[in-house]
Amino acid sequence: METKKTEKPERDYPIFTVAMKETHTILIPTMLQIHFQLLINVFKFYGYKAEILQSESKKVIEEGLKNVHNDTCYPALLCIGQFMEALKSGKYDPNKVALMLPQTGGGCRASNYIYLLRKALKDTFPQVPVISLNFVGLEKDPENGWQTPMPMIIRMIYAMIYGDMLQTLYNQCRAYELVKGTSEKMLNHWIKKANKILCTKDYPNTKKYYELMLNDFAKIQRSQVPKIRVGIVGEIYVKYSPLGNNHLEDFLISEGCEPVVPSMLEFILYYLVNKVHEAKLYGNYKATTPIFQGLYQFFLAEQKKVVHVMRTHGVFIPPHEFEHLLNSVKQYINLGVTMGEGWLIPAEMGALAESGTENIICTQPFGCLPNHIIAKGMSRAVKERYPNANIIAIDYDPGATRVNQENRIKLMLANARSSQK
Amino acid sequence: MQNTNIYTLGIDVGSTTVKTVVCTESGEILHSDYERHFSKVKETVIQQLQEIAEKFPNARFRSSMTGSAGLGLANAAEISFVQEVHAAFLAVKKTFPDTDVVIELGGEDAKMIFLTGGVEQRMNGSCAGGTGAFIDQMATLLGITVQELDEAALKAKRTYPIASRCGVFAKSDIQPLLNQGASREDVAASIFKAVVDQTVAGLAQGREIKGKVLFLGGPLSFQKGLRKAFVQGLGLSEGNAIFPEHAPVFVALGSALYALESKDSPKTAELLLQKVQKAKVRSDVMTGEKLFSSREEYAQFVERHKQCDLRYADLRTYEGNAYLGIDSGSTTTKLVLITENGELLYSHYSPNEGQPLDKIAERLKQIYEDKNENLHIKASAVTGYGEDLIRAGLSVDYGIVETVAHFKAAAFFCPNVDFIIDIGGQDIKCFKIKNGAIDSIMLNEACSSGCGSFIQTFAMALGYDIGEFSQMGLFAEHPVELGSRCTVFMNSSVKQAQKDGATVEDISAGLSSSIIKNAIYKVIRARSTDELGKNIVVQGGTFLNDAVLRCFEREIGRQVIRPAISGLMGAFGAALYAKQQQEENGETTLISPEALEKFSYTSRNIRCGGCTANCLLNVIKFSDGGKFISGNRCEKGAGVKRETEVPDLYDYKYHYLMNLVKKNPKHPKAVIGIPMVLNYYELLPFWYTLFTKLGFSVVLSGESNRKMYFKGQHTIPSDTVCYPAKIAHGHIEALLEKNVDLIFWSCMTYNLKEPNTDNQFNCPVVAYYPELMKANHSGLTEENFFNPYLDINSRKNVIQVIRKTFKKYNIYREVPAAVDSAYQALADYRKLVMYKAKEIISQARAEGRKIIVLAGRPYHLDEEINHGIHKLITSLGLAVVSEDSVAMFGKMPHLHVYNQWTYHSRLYRAAQYVTTQPDMQLVQLVSFGCGIDAITTDEVRSILESSGKLYTQLKIDEITNLGAAKIRLRSLLAAMNA
Repeated sequence: METKKTEKPERDYPIFTVAMKETHTILIPTMLQIHFQLLINVFKFYGYKAEILQSESKKVIEEGLKNVHNDTCYPALLCIGQFMEALKSGKYDPNKVALMLPQTGGGCRASNYIYLLRKALKDTFPQVPVISLNFVGLEKDPENGWQTPMPMIIRMIYAMIYGDMLQTLYNQCRAYELVKGTSEKMLNHWIKKANKILCTKDYPNTKKYYELMLNDFAKIQRSQVPKIRVGIVGEIYVKYSPLGNNHLEDFLISEGCEPVVPSMLEFILYYLVNKVHEAKLYGNYKATTPIFQGLYQFFLAEQKKVVHVMRTHGVFIPPHEFEHLLNSVKQYINLGVTMGEGWLIPAEMGALAESGTENIICTQPFGCLPNHIIAKGMSRAVKERYPNANIIAIDYDPGATRVNQENRIKLMLANARSSQK
Repeated sequence: MQNTNIYTLGIDVGSTTVKTVVCTESGEILHSDYERHFSKVKETVIQQLQEIAEKFPNARFRSSMTGSAGLGLANAAEISFVQEVHAAFLAVKKTFPDTDVVIELGGEDAKMIFLTGGVEQRMNGSCAGGTGAFIDQMATLLGITVQELDEAALKAKRTYPIASRCGVFAKSDIQPLLNQGASREDVAASIFKAVVDQTVAGLAQGREIKGKVLFLGGPLSFQKGLRKAFVQGLGLSEGNAIFPEHAPVFVALGSALYALESKDSPKTAELLLQKVQKAKVRSDVMTGEKLFSSREEYAQFVERHKQCDLRYADLRTYEGNAYLGIDSGSTTTKLVLITENGELLYSHYSPNEGQPLDKIAERLKQIYEDKNENLHIKASAVTGYGEDLIRAGLSVDYGIVETVAHFKAAAFFCPNVDFIIDIGGQDIKCFKIKNGAIDSIMLNEACSSGCGSFIQTFAMALGYDIGEFSQMGLFAEHPVELGSRCTVFMNSSVKQAQKDGATVEDISAGLSSSIIKNAIYKVIRARSTDELGKNIVVQGGTFLNDAVLRCFEREIGRQVIRPAISGLMGAFGAALYAKQQQEENGETTLISPEALEKFSYTSRNIRCGGCTANCLLNVIKFSDGGKFISGNRCEKGAGVKRETEVPDLYDYKYHYLMNLVKKNPKHPKAVIGIPMVLNYYELLPFWYTLFTKLGFSVVLSGESNRKMYFKGQHTIPSDTVCYPAKIAHGHIEALLEKNVDLIFWSCMTYNLKEPNTDNQFNCPVVAYYPELMKANHSGLTEENFFNPYLDINSRKNVIQVIRKTFKKYNIYREVPAAVDSAYQALADYRKLVMYKAKEIISQARAEGRKIIVLAGRPYHLDEEINHGIHKLITSLGLAVVSEDSVAMFGKMPHLHVYNQWTYHSRLYRAAQYVTTQPDMQLVQLVSFGCGIDAITTDEVRSILESSGKLYTQLKIDEITNLGAAKIRLRSLLAAMNA
């Protein structure tokens, strides 16, 4: 990825200065319920104050519609709506907060969210700085108080990895728990514990902690009656964010299903390996290519460890090996498809179907450009390979009603139940 | 207890109807009921259950509920629920086991079940019209009942293409057809055909519909015309199209079968009744504030608005000059006659029922009859969609752009008006006034139009007339929040509100508020309401609705002016214009009373042979021998010969590219097919040169047209992608028919590098559409479809990829030289375009023409995609150049977006260039569904407006209606000349 380096960028917006590290709280939109709690803990460890926004009021969507072009994708609308709602709520001093949005630098619209947010702020809260969370050197600036040195990046990724494990175990327990609430209690217990671990030097010692987690969650009393497992794939924000997908996981639980949510580490590995593949594909090796290659190999090993530890432990179902995803997707689509979730969505659909989770919900913001190709465009290919795959694409946007979405999911579940018989 | 019978009971609560079925355990139907519920869901269910209780006094029932509006009720009443498509599936399995495909159209849903070759059950997604509600809406539009529509369709002679994706689009296609005098029968049949297309496009998604097809649902069981359209459209034989006797209650039957299968414990009808009666449906509907807290408050409100009324004069007694204004709108016809002083002599407002010419002629006759003999109509003017037709038919003196007419009328009431918003039956028009001229225009894009008529259709669906319905909202206790989106989505919000127990009053108030939010936040996209202006005039028929007016004032927190003739403002403005124009001049040309008596016309359709577009022309012949032709995209069809050609770069580029393939090798190594879509509209010179230099011959797929699109429609997996992508499916079919050896279509994450950008991506659709094509077309294989990944900026990479891709043709050595020639050809082409642009600009300046930079993407050259908008511009006497041709003349302005897409970065530089040229304006073409343009449009607008230029955006899709585009362009022209 090439980024133009201008010496002194023309800037008409405030940046997060070094001094603000002391005075400002960084606000982060809702997305990954478990992971982000660990992530802000890492931020705190590096001296930043941070808080996750929780509001899901109708005002969020209203502010979103007011402040961004209505044809912009739903995730942007919600994130920006959530920020504006928070700033207008009076809960925060606008002179003491900064906002953070991730930026991948890829070819889809998501790279522009941050600019749309700045536009929205310009009239009402011009003093509020916006931080880009990215790992490709976007918005590099010596005055920038937000810096992510490599050790911090690594620790952040570990926060994601621990979050993945907790998410997986929580979902596998929650659907089967005999005493309501025990899984959630265990989850909260472990979020606290993981936060402590991430502040020690021992955090890369994942095997040990995985085993502790597995043992603890295995103690939860669970029913042995199998439930319909439903995979959730799709655009990364609506896939994870309950605000984006109208609490899809909770809905599936209430319908007596077990939600199967692919891990965040898969997305991180997808992102890293793409940097390596693109260099190979187009012959444009860069100085950063070996770094991405190294990071990829390192975390690939970590992912293998997750699978291995879970398999050895034997109680819970481990995720797919990432290399398997990578190799099996080639039958549908080229690894060169790297915008948005790119080849990862068909890969996850295929792997879920292959491993028996044939019921798959593909969540996407209405009008999401990459998803025309990689989600709706690939489901035929996946179904050809796995004729029993029961895939449904659900669009999310401010106008789509919950009834409508749930009715379609119910249709998918009816199919699932009748094929179960 | 005596021996009781055990039956099964299925209850289907749909979006508009409730159906119940009682049958025996062997599936024999004993009783069935079908009724509209008019949003009184629970009451209707109770009523039907009571009948059942009376009819089967001693029976017990295994029961189950289904239907889109049944879920909440089923949960609350503790009755088992089955998803409706699944219920249909169960019923089909039982009654017609040899069925291959089931098609069901409901009130608001369309469903398809494939039974053989892998069971699949599908429903329409969130963006879909084409259902029962759509047909209702269309009938309303034509001013007839659904039954009359159905009967008319059976008498049709021909059909017109109507956009099938969503009801709102179809409306914009139908309206001009009606205005141009197409017969009601043909339009009716075209509507049904659109429903068929919609069903195939939206639900088949690449699966063929063949074998025995079972048709279900209300519309398909009651409407014979629709049945016929499906049977013909799908090419089914008599025996393969099954319309079961119990179609309307079929899903209820499935629900009964589900009850049987799931071994629901039998209950008495009384018990079920009790459960339903006791059921409290959970209410999570958001509600807003009341519109008026008291009757007194309302009275004050009415009094305040009464002040903006015109003075009146009597048509029968007034002597002197008078001026006639006509507004032939999309759904309604408005006429006013005013005196020298602007007093109102006569006014008329009515639905045009698809016959605007007849309606207006009729009214004019009445005016002639009633008027004082010394009243002298001195001049007349017409505005609106039907302007050309009315002008031609009734010899009206002047035609005037709608926006200008509205401005004139608004200024009469409020001379310092700075913002006008007009909500009519079909559209929202807003414009800002700066320095006495129209500054910026905002029209609703195709996806949210139909606002006023939406309330009307809704009122009818709920069993009320529009006046009564909107009045009901004034004192609603808890107006529901229905969101602000396109009306199709509002339908399902309303459905949810009904389900959750909102009253008709609450819904009425909610709809009024939604329309306002739609207008402010979606059409105008105001960030704060202060942006609108200080002196606001509201108009259009929809604002006659006090509830809508109240919502508007409340939303913007300001009092506004609503003239009492709110619905007649276009016509009033036209009359004022006529007066202004005629003050000096002589007599009117308006049709005389005598000629009007004899006035009649005939209408017929012919194909234009002027060019390959073969436009379908509608020719109307008037009794005086005059003719009016519509449906043509350029002057040729209308029989007009231009004196000099207005220079048009779109035309030039298009013909240059389409005629590029001239020399092919005599003994080619293979024949390579190239689909003329997306980035080939720029890169063709590159690939053509490369392949011919390598000894291949090149065949193009050909020119796009609608027929070609339909040919490929069945392989489109995502119906909401942009039209330029969807049409590619037709091009692939065309190439396969041409028997090429292989099709080449490269995947390109990166596009050509442009100066001063952050990156050079293609949009995801342009980058990877070949992947989608390969995955969804069974005729494409590794052997005949080559879609290698390459970075066109890297010579090395291109050489490597071409060598690898064409390895078996032994071309290894020739590749580098061929690639160099290809780069040269591309550079030459781009230079040629630039020189041509320079030439056009200087020619235009020499001829005193203004210049429009029609800014889109390279593929907007395709006339099936741009609908001939460039020709429309040249027909107004303006020269046309393209964004890529002038981008190099401009500088990259300071941007507030991440500038990472090649095509889009050209827009910014082209806009910057326009700001430096006094005689240029930019018009941006935006394909519907282009998510990236959600980002570029605001940026291009701000570049232009920061330098005092106008921003004009034209949204284009499958629709061929140029009406809205014309209004914008003519308003732009009016502003440029102001």
